[in-house]
Amino acid sequence: MSILVLSFLVVGLGLIAWLTARMRAAGFRRATGARFSSLPSHHGAFVALWTVLPAALFLAVWATASPALVTDRVLTDPAAAQLPPPGFERAALLSEAREIAAGKSFGEPTPLAAKLAPAYADAQSHYDWIGSGVALLLAFACGAWAFTRVRPDFRARSKIERVIMALLLAASLIAILTTLGIVVSLLFESIRFFQMVPIGQFLFGTHWSPQVIDARDPGASLGALPLFWGTFFIGAVIAMIVAIPFGLMSAIYLTQYAHPRARAWMKPIIEVLAGVPTVVYGYFAALTVAPLVRDFAVSIGVSWASSESALAAGLVMGIMIIPFVSSMADDSIAAVPTAMRDGSLAMGATQSETIRRVLLPAALPGVVGGVLLAVSRAIGETMIVVMAASGVATLTLNPFASATTVTKQIVDLLTGEAEFDSPKTLAAFALGLTLFVVTLLLNIVALTVVKRYREAYE
Amino acid sequence: MNASKISARNVNVFYGQKQAISDVSLDFDSDVVTALIGPSGCGKSTFLRTLNRMNDTIANARVEGRIALDGEDIYAAEMDVVQLRARVGMVFQKPNPFPKSIFENVAYGPRIHGLASGSAQLADIVERSLKRAGLWDEVKDRLSDSGTALSGGQQQRLCIARAIAVDPEVILMDEPCSALDPIATARIEELIHELKGRYAIVIVTHNMQQAARVSQRTAFFHLGSLVEYGTTSDIFTNPRQERTKDYITGRYG
Repeated sequence: MSILVLSFLVVGLGLIAWLTARMRAAGFRRATGARFSSLPSHHGAFVALWTVLPAALFLAVWATASPALVTDRVLTDPAAAQLPPPGFERAALLSEAREIAAGKSFGEPTPLAAKLAPAYADAQSHYDWIGSGVALLLAFACGAWAFTRVRPDFRARSKIERVIMALLLAASLIAILTTLGIVVSLLFESIRFFQMVPIGQFLFGTHWSPQVIDARDPGASLGALPLFWGTFFIGAVIAMIVAIPFGLMSAIYLTQYAHPRARAWMKPIIEVLAGVPTVVYGYFAALTVAPLVRDFAVSIGVSWASSESALAAGLVMGIMIIPFVSSMADDSIAAVPTAMRDGSLAMGATQSETIRRVLLPAALPGVVGGVLLAVSRAIGETMIVVMAASGVATLTLNPFASATTVTKQIVDLLTGEAEFDSPKTLAAFALGLTLFVVTLLLNIVALTVVKRYREAYE
Repeated sequence: MNASKISARNVNVFYGQKQAISDVSLDFDSDVVTALIGPSGCGKSTFLRTLNRMNDTIANARVEGRIALDGEDIYAAEMDVVQLRARVGMVFQKPNPFPKSIFENVAYGPRIHGLASGSAQLADIVERSLKRAGLWDEVKDRLSDSGTALSGGQQQRLCIARAIAVDPEVILMDEPCSALDPIATARIEELIHELKGRYAIVIVTHNMQQAARVSQRTAFFHLGSLVEYGTTSDIFTNPRQERTKDYITGRYG
């Protein structure tokens, strides 16, 4: 029985449960004429929920557990004795057999897979029937039990309230659990990587060439220090040299000098910059800025300047971050009480003196917090560097030289053909974990700084 | 008696379309404390802020009429607002020390106006101003602590020290005690007495007892107009206008 038909059946049972429970409750009402805490529709919904939810939960669990059960059953088939030992080949044969059993095969099937296919189809339908039967039985049994509880004095209304709360809680937990799941999988893959490559060699090694890995000493060509440096250089140095002054000055202009009408159209335009897809910035970096930077470098005598320079990627990334810095700085300058500004103006200070000596120092913690958040975004930014940065990891201070970043290398490592248990592929997870830890720390520090500062003025 | 320090003639103030002050003429003399009293929203604070052009910071405020400081029109095009505000200091309703050290708060004005030629002279100015504001003994050992860490009353005296550090001729006080407790209020009132001889002081207050205690002249504002102006003792014991009498006897306000 397909999952679709099964779902219809369960929902149909729920509908029947709703109608019968409603009628029964309405019957009580007519009989006594008294007022009850719950309306007939509450009773109906209560029984319907009891019919549908347990069955749905069971099906969710069953959907994850049954493939393993099916495979186990197939392996008891005599033909399975010819399968190769556990590994890549065996998994490929089994999955091919499953495809054939589902009628989705294409091309000439492998003989062994074809032989296993009937066993697969058999096992599949066996467990499908078990699953469907249990689900329907569960829906019926739970619905019937709930139906017996429909009495005049039963408070279905408050029970439903609790179910709704549980559903909302589950929805919010899903986001948290997903994050946890991602972190845990990152952690496991990284641990596998660090069993092959010592952590010190990975973090502090200066040679990065994942294309050529010596199988006896994979760590020798997986030293990620040049990547960390490149990420820091592009995201936290060059990008911030662009973003901090422009973001800050635009925030000062918008909060202190701009006429309300000018502010009304300038602020949204700056915010639109934040909504431009990063891939568009990537084009801009690779096709416009990078050649300009190279030509400029050549014209000032740097003949070996790379067309995938750190400067090009960093400049565009800085432009991307400007609205972010600007709006954070805007918020923190606006949060400084006007009394402070008036006090300075009343002393005879000019507007720019007031900004420099009073407003900016008072807004500084908020601005610093905003900049840290901006850095954490910049170093996690991927698309611009994938398109504009080089793949060659160099440990350099020269902005015209090529540099690469952690995110760019993760993309390079995971695209193309690679086995999933080679040091090269696993290195991507270790890089991801490092990036995650660094941005997490940056965010925590930034939010603490911003929060403490907000409290000071409220 | 010589000419008034500040003389205001036929002053009107508008916020957009709304008129906040209509046709006020008032003179303020040196060495005298003048109190501006009246119910909330009567325009007394607005009028005070015209005297050092702080209304310039409000986007749609407009001032008409003539206000002269030592005979010079302060709204004239050639008047330098920076110089004006150095000569006419201001203390606000809520203490607003800068988030800097006590020393830097007082040194702020002398620094921006270049009044001290060296750090020794700057330290002198700070010490003299804090002494004059009656705060020196309480803070002399912790000048590098933040000004915002002081108590409310101390913060307000710090703001007064900050204002007098640039040697103004006039000090405007906009309800300087309304955020303070009675003891801190008494200290500020004492301080106003001590400062009286050196500066022309104009104080806006809600509190009629305070006006009676600290001022020699009193102006009563109502609905944006000046109702009565005279010596404080006349206003409080022998008001000529019915509205003044009603207000000071607590009939309304």
